[in-house]
Amino acid sequence: MSDEKEVSLPAQSDGATLTKGTGAGEPLLKVTGLQKHFPIRKGLLQRQTGAVRAVDGLDFEVRKGETLGVVGESGCGKSTMGRLITRLLEPTGGKVEFEGQDITHLGVGGMRPLRRDVQMIFQDPYSSLNPRHTIGTIVSAPFKLQGVEPEGGVKKEVQRLLSVVGLNPEHYNRYPHEFSGGQRQRIGIARALALNPKLVVADEPVSALDVSIQAQVVNLLDDLQSELGLTYVIIAHDLSVVRHVSDRIAVMYLGKIVELADRDSLYKAPMHPYTKALMSAVPIPDPKRKAAKSERILLRGDVPSPISPPSGCRFHTRCWKATEICKTTEPPLLELKPGQQVACHHPENFEDQAPQDTVLLSVAKEAATLVADEVLAESAATSAAVAAEVGESADPGARGTARPAPTDPQPTDEPTEPEDDRQESTDK
Amino acid sequence: MSKLEKAALGEVATDAAPPDADAFLSVRDLRIHFDTDDGLVKSVDGVSFDVRRGKTLGIVGESGSGKSVTSLGVMGLHRSANAKVTGEVWLDGQELIAADPDDVRRLRGRKMAMIFQDPLSSMHPYYTVGAQIVEAYRVHHDVSKKVARTRAIEMLDRVGIPEPNQRVDSYPHEFSGGMRQRAMIAMALVNNPELLIADEPTTALDVTVQAQILDLIRDLQKEFGSAVIMITHDLGVVAEIADDLLVMYAGRPVERGPAESVFAEPRHPYTWGLLGSMPRLDREDTDRLIPIQGSPPSLINVPEGCPFNPRCPYADIPKDNVTRTVRPELTEVGSRHWAACHMTQEQRERIWTEEIAPKL
Repeated sequence: MSDEKEVSLPAQSDGATLTKGTGAGEPLLKVTGLQKHFPIRKGLLQRQTGAVRAVDGLDFEVRKGETLGVVGESGCGKSTMGRLITRLLEPTGGKVEFEGQDITHLGVGGMRPLRRDVQMIFQDPYSSLNPRHTIGTIVSAPFKLQGVEPEGGVKKEVQRLLSVVGLNPEHYNRYPHEFSGGQRQRIGIARALALNPKLVVADEPVSALDVSIQAQVVNLLDDLQSELGLTYVIIAHDLSVVRHVSDRIAVMYLGKIVELADRDSLYKAPMHPYTKALMSAVPIPDPKRKAAKSERILLRGDVPSPISPPSGCRFHTRCWKATEICKTTEPPLLELKPGQQVACHHPENFEDQAPQDTVLLSVAKEAATLVADEVLAESAATSAAVAAEVGESADPGARGTARPAPTDPQPTDEPTEPEDDRQESTDK
Repeated sequence: MSKLEKAALGEVATDAAPPDADAFLSVRDLRIHFDTDDGLVKSVDGVSFDVRRGKTLGIVGESGSGKSVTSLGVMGLHRSANAKVTGEVWLDGQELIAADPDDVRRLRGRKMAMIFQDPLSSMHPYYTVGAQIVEAYRVHHDVSKKVARTRAIEMLDRVGIPEPNQRVDSYPHEFSGGMRQRAMIAMALVNNPELLIADEPTTALDVTVQAQILDLIRDLQKEFGSAVIMITHDLGVVAEIADDLLVMYAGRPVERGPAESVFAEPRHPYTWGLLGSMPRLDREDTDRLIPIQGSPPSLINVPEGCPFNPRCPYADIPKDNVTRTVRPELTEVGSRHWAACHMTQEQRERIWTEEIAPKL
């Protein structure tokens, strides 16, 4: 069906000439201090009594041609973030810049020309398509709304788009209910691609689909990116899917980014304890690992309410490394390693940022009972090794030497690779 | 008549897998068909399996493969007006399909219980969580409300709900997703059932909560020694918890065996497809996933022959177009391991070791 290799879309915007190579690394979208508070109103006068701090200060960039994955548990604000950067919601504070233009408070009219550059793919392919419209109407709606007349007419263009996403162009006149879930998601993708956007924000694009269909859609997104030079922000809760599709990954917890790093560093050596816990919770399809259950970090309870988030570091109520400073001071998102930003006082796989503060909070002691000894020992070992290395190389007078350096500093990446550890434990 | 005698009479002739004499639950050639205006929907078409006490059977498959319908069939929850249920379900020596619905009702909740996928829609929003657990307990035990309430609090505590004394009076909407699922588990376990069926118990939950719930089910199983059926589409979850595995496709079993051997040496192209289409955290990232082409068939028009043949890349290997004309039966491919495929053992072994396994 989609054997036509030529996928250059007719020129509606200069994005058609964008290839993955050119301009990679330039920020396409820049977000600073982005906030969204949903007011809670009560009483007769509807006075505001509080706010759900869904997104509470985000800083990140999306570079041209890359895929930024955003992961986190439900309620961490990742979908709100997606709606803010596509300006479907009005930010409470902060700044969103798209190609250097400040779009934070643009009105509906001001946003309209930008709508063709920023598109969204929604989670639920059943509710995001109008059941009374044919596929042709749905996919051609962007042309109508933007007043674009594609070369060769709308119908031809829509049929071409359908074949790009692997649907039969003959199905132009069918209704959404005649398609399966995976096919509907393809329709949503065709609609998002109609105006040849520069940035596509996909909110859980595959989570409603069956595993075998998921793989088809993931591969399709992959192909489209390399053919059309798209930039993606993919929001998902499935860490294995995110790893597969992303170049860089942001981990969110309660409206904040706790770690932002390129894919390999994040999955090989996560630095934020939350990232580590999140990854250890993913079930691995290998029954031999059942014996290695001890590696799992179980977090206690649920995510706290974003109405009154915990003070200091928001993760301190569930963290096994939390100390007094975590309760009082909010850790800034710092680039500790090249390409790896972390907001933590006591990062894993790295030098402790607050070594003077060693007394664990009582919650941390409780939380630590859920963490296997091996995990604790391993993280202590890696942190010490990194500390020693940093102490030797960078600034010998400062923090590094304040801690007893181990006599035999290990190479840092060896004990941090999760793959290796799993292999070892399966041999036991 | 014992289940063994019954089995010997030939009802299981369609299934090469012999019944397990020690099984607590033994399902033989279960078929569940629904008559609709569009035609006969064969949701489950000849499924057999056994579960022993203290063991967990994982049933995997895509949506529409008949996993949930199978479990509802075991529980006797299909309305007889709509569903045509045939076959046998032996629970601790008692046959349930032909049994009086009232007798089955008495077993339900006590001897066998179920955890549903979506705790918000399967709990009553109008009653407190405690009241619903109390009801489940008092149906089967002649005790006062006070005693039942104590029992409810005890169960909530057991499944890890903080401050169960207060939480017992909360409504379902006041609980978070993970807590609701815990409350569901408490409700299912309040009568110490010997068979627990969990239908996608963690699908709606976050990974961290999923880990907590799986851990809880495993602990409770150890404590009570119940037989567990875990229905899921997530191969990670079954690998984590299941002793045996049943892979279903279009209402039929395509592969069945101990979890270790099904994961280590899968012998059906559909199982290969499932393994290839999921990205894995424990492996180096591959460039591309290997999806299964096409989509699951309609259960009204299940393809002739092997139901998987339109999507199977190896459908032309067996001679004489047999994949499109003859329905493959489960054949033994290893110790307690069966697969329904027309390819010969050698062909499948070769394809798995040379083509599939290296790409995973």
